[in-house]
Amino acid sequence: MQIQVLFFASYRELLGTGAMSVPLADGATVSGLVAELRARGGSFASLPAFPVVAVNEEYSPDDRVLVEGDVVAFIPPVAGG
Amino acid sequence: MFTAIVTEPIRPEAVLKSLASPEDGACLLFLGVVRNHNEGKAVSGLEYEAYEGMAERTLSDIAAETSHRFGTDRIMVLHRIGALRIGEVSTAIAVATPHREEAYRASRYVIEELKQRLPVWKREQYEGGESRWVGSQLASDGPRAHEDPELHGPQAQAEGAEAGDPPIDDGDGTE
Repeated sequence: MQIQVLFFASYRELLGTGAMSVPLADGATVSGLVAELRARGGSFASLPAFPVVAVNEEYSPDDRVLVEGDVVAFIPPVAGG
Repeated sequence: MFTAIVTEPIRPEAVLKSLASPEDGACLLFLGVVRNHNEGKAVSGLEYEAYEGMAERTLSDIAAETSHRFGTDRIMVLHRIGALRIGEVSTAIAVATPHREEAYRASRYVIEELKQRLPVWKREQYEGGESRWVGSQLASDGPRAHEDPELHGPQAQAEGAEAGDPPIDDGDGTE
């Protein structure tokens, strides 16, 4: 399956991209996605092991099982206000 | 209730206009304003970035919670994104209630929830040209991540944060 991944602010600048599509095995979780990205090495290895993520615009636990078409956003520490 | 992420300057008088109903005796406006210093450094400006879809949704959720908790639907919340200069308004929260107590509590609820949950990020521009994302934990972003490991180290997210509870930036550039 293909998962759409979004990066914002410091993560976007770290990786040099704001969006990418990541192929994952069916049944993969948020944790699996994070591990897959970090294993790519280079700047991806600098992503936190336990980042805050949102799946389809809602904060989600890292054991959430992903399905085709999900949009996973990596959320750096927020600083609104 | 009205909430929005905006790119144009926020005009406070427009925020308050027509908010209150005849039953309201209190109408309260909070403005978050860009200040010229943070943690001892001279700040020359800010740039806000948002995950716009989620941020719009989060503001709407917070307004609905506020309405439910404090018994008023006269609530307006705006957050501006893009480049802001010193003194410009980044956040406007307006609430109207029959009595002042609920207005103060409702306004406070909105700003505290917004600071914890709203997917918005802030890059501070300093006098001299340097800049950084406030609260970033990436080592490449400078020394801040190491200054206060309790709050900002990688452990804070690994151990402290539950889903739906992102770490709080306490080094705000506004208010």
